[in-house]
Amino acid sequence: MIGSSIAWVSVETSDEWFAALLRLLTLADYNTRIVILGTALLGCAAGVVGSFTLLRKRALVGDAISHAMLPGLGIAFLVATLSGGDGRSLPILFTGATISGLVGAAAILGLRSTWRLSEDAAFGIVLSVFFGAGVALLGVIQSLEAGHAAGLEGFIYGKTASLSWMDLMVIITAAAVALVLCTMYFKELALLCFDQAYAETQGYSKWWLDGLLMSLVVGIAITGMQAVGLILVIALLIIPAAAARFWTHRLSRQVLISAGIGMAGCFGGGMTSALLPNLPAGAVIILACATLFLFSLMFGGAQGLVWRAIRRRQWQQIMLRQHLLRAVYERAEAKTTEPKIVRESEVRIEIADLMISRSWSRTQLERLVDGAQREGLITRIGSQVALSKPGWVQAKKLTHQHRLWEMYLITHADVALQQVDRLADDIEHVLEPSVIHELERLLQGRTAEVVKSPHQIPEPS
Amino acid sequence: MVSNRPSTPPNLANKKPHHDEKSPASTPLRVWDLTVAYQRTPVLWDVAFHVEPGSLVAIVGPNGAGKSTLLRAILNLIPRTSGKIQVFGDEFAAQRRRVGYVPQRESVDWDFPVSVLDVVTMGLYREIGWLWPVRKKHRARAMEALNQVGIADLAHRQISHLSGGQQQRTFLARALAQDADLYLMDEPLAAVDAATELAIIQQLRAMKQQGKTCVVIHHDLQTVPEYFDDVLLLNMRVVASGPVSEVFTPENLQKTYGGRLTLLDEVSSAMRRQEKLL
Repeated sequence: MIGSSIAWVSVETSDEWFAALLRLLTLADYNTRIVILGTALLGCAAGVVGSFTLLRKRALVGDAISHAMLPGLGIAFLVATLSGGDGRSLPILFTGATISGLVGAAAILGLRSTWRLSEDAAFGIVLSVFFGAGVALLGVIQSLEAGHAAGLEGFIYGKTASLSWMDLMVIITAAAVALVLCTMYFKELALLCFDQAYAETQGYSKWWLDGLLMSLVVGIAITGMQAVGLILVIALLIIPAAAARFWTHRLSRQVLISAGIGMAGCFGGGMTSALLPNLPAGAVIILACATLFLFSLMFGGAQGLVWRAIRRRQWQQIMLRQHLLRAVYERAEAKTTEPKIVRESEVRIEIADLMISRSWSRTQLERLVDGAQREGLITRIGSQVALSKPGWVQAKKLTHQHRLWEMYLITHADVALQQVDRLADDIEHVLEPSVIHELERLLQGRTAEVVKSPHQIPEPS
Repeated sequence: MVSNRPSTPPNLANKKPHHDEKSPASTPLRVWDLTVAYQRTPVLWDVAFHVEPGSLVAIVGPNGAGKSTLLRAILNLIPRTSGKIQVFGDEFAAQRRRVGYVPQRESVDWDFPVSVLDVVTMGLYREIGWLWPVRKKHRARAMEALNQVGIADLAHRQISHLSGGQQQRTFLARALAQDADLYLMDEPLAAVDAATELAIIQQLRAMKQQGKTCVVIHHDLQTVPEYFDDVLLLNMRVVASGPVSEVFTPENLQKTYGGRLTLLDEVSSAMRRQEKLL
């Protein structure tokens, strides 16, 4: 059996389904209460500890430690059983797991410093060898009379649905210890994660603080082993912490948000797996956390992908609009020798004539014109357009800025005349008033409302 | 003043200083025969010098000369192969509160979720003590330090939004908040804007006025005479040390930067080969 895929509630009709949902949401069942409370607390503690390991750039250490725990479980079981004790007793199993987890971590350090193996190779070797040894040991135990019902495989994928009162107590204790320690040593852990060398010069022992952090990771891995399994427990340490990074730039909030995401992921995942039979709860919990991560990636803070895409699109629209206004203005300017006496609404430009100004398609141009008309910047008369009064003011300003920048490029940056138009295109949209003022000062005598274009404006044939 | 040898009576001038000799408590820093090796490959050979109180000392030398290693060895961040270091006539560990360290800007990840003020208060954590939270008076002290380096207005900015010069000033402020007597700075003027360079130099001079001592790794040879009193020319060993006016000579610079140190290089690569065989 892979994981715990027992449906906690049996569901046959939709009425029963609602009844089941209601029972679940009100945590009516004793078993549901234990599972939800246990995993949520675990997620909360893992989110806190994970924030520090992530910021210490040691996120994968937890993975290596948890995988390296498997052989320890097997050995502890064998030793206890062969010496006549109870191999299934949690303290014995946990002791074995802790020892082999720490041996795994030490092996990584040793491989790295003694043989100067790169970090990723050391992780790969230790993780797979220890896990392989563990699986082999479990095979041996399976074949033994006493080991047949040991249920040690439950630790690999977790046995969420069958968490006991005893397991819950273990999780509560571990989570409480982790939370208290992280609060007590918050500023020291923060200093270690930010600037380890400085922390050392201040007299903080790197070994002590890193030891504290690694012990917390071991504690979370051990308790998480029961709930989500030792393969997936690393996800609880990394995903909530990484998701929280999108939402804040303050460490205290990072830790709180990470704890919240861990808790919500475990809660949601636990609930979902209770409703969906045949799905291992551990895996569903991780997927729930991943959903929250994805949500954070899309919507978290100002850097959320969705917000960024929206901002980029808006910016693009502004640039295109400005290009259109300038194109119409320059066309209008070319049609008359004395632009100042022109009544803006009188100068009508064929839309087709604007095609040459830029490399825009006819449809794109039409859409831009329609948009500008909606904004009241342009009036459309059949196949012709004319600038409205506010459109004219804006277009004049834009053209002025564009040409100022062009002239600056020519006179101060030695840019070739043919290139100057396109180069100015990129900059003109971000010129601030102070820069414009400075440009006007630099290019003395060009303080006319709209300076003359330094280059030929392409004519429609 | 910096000198290769501790000042000894004239009749003993040729005698090498003893390791059991104690430097006076007024001497901020004294180093005897310091040798540091990374994996048995020596990086610093027999480095000896001392620093006078209230002086601005530049450490200059080419890349790989062991400048950062020297500071790290003084701060007990790396093990030393041999030699002795005394800070105010004592072990560093006993005097660490009086020593402020300004690490290289690149040594940390500036994407860390803390504000400028948070970083500066880190200089006070020892004083605040285990289990105690940062209190109002500590934040006030940190603000004062930020004021000294001219970026008090950035106190609540996220450090990920700082320019290189602002990052450097943040690190300097963190050391200042500690109110140490000896400051060890690793390239505080590397790749900073002119305004930051000026602000930092003015701060160093103000610290000198208060009798504080600064040992600064510096990369710009042009400005050494203008900014510093003393200089330590380093290239795996001390080429020269003393007042800038005396030792900052073209010959000494040639010795520090020019030409390969054939013998040292050969010994180093011989040790490296040996190490590969073992």
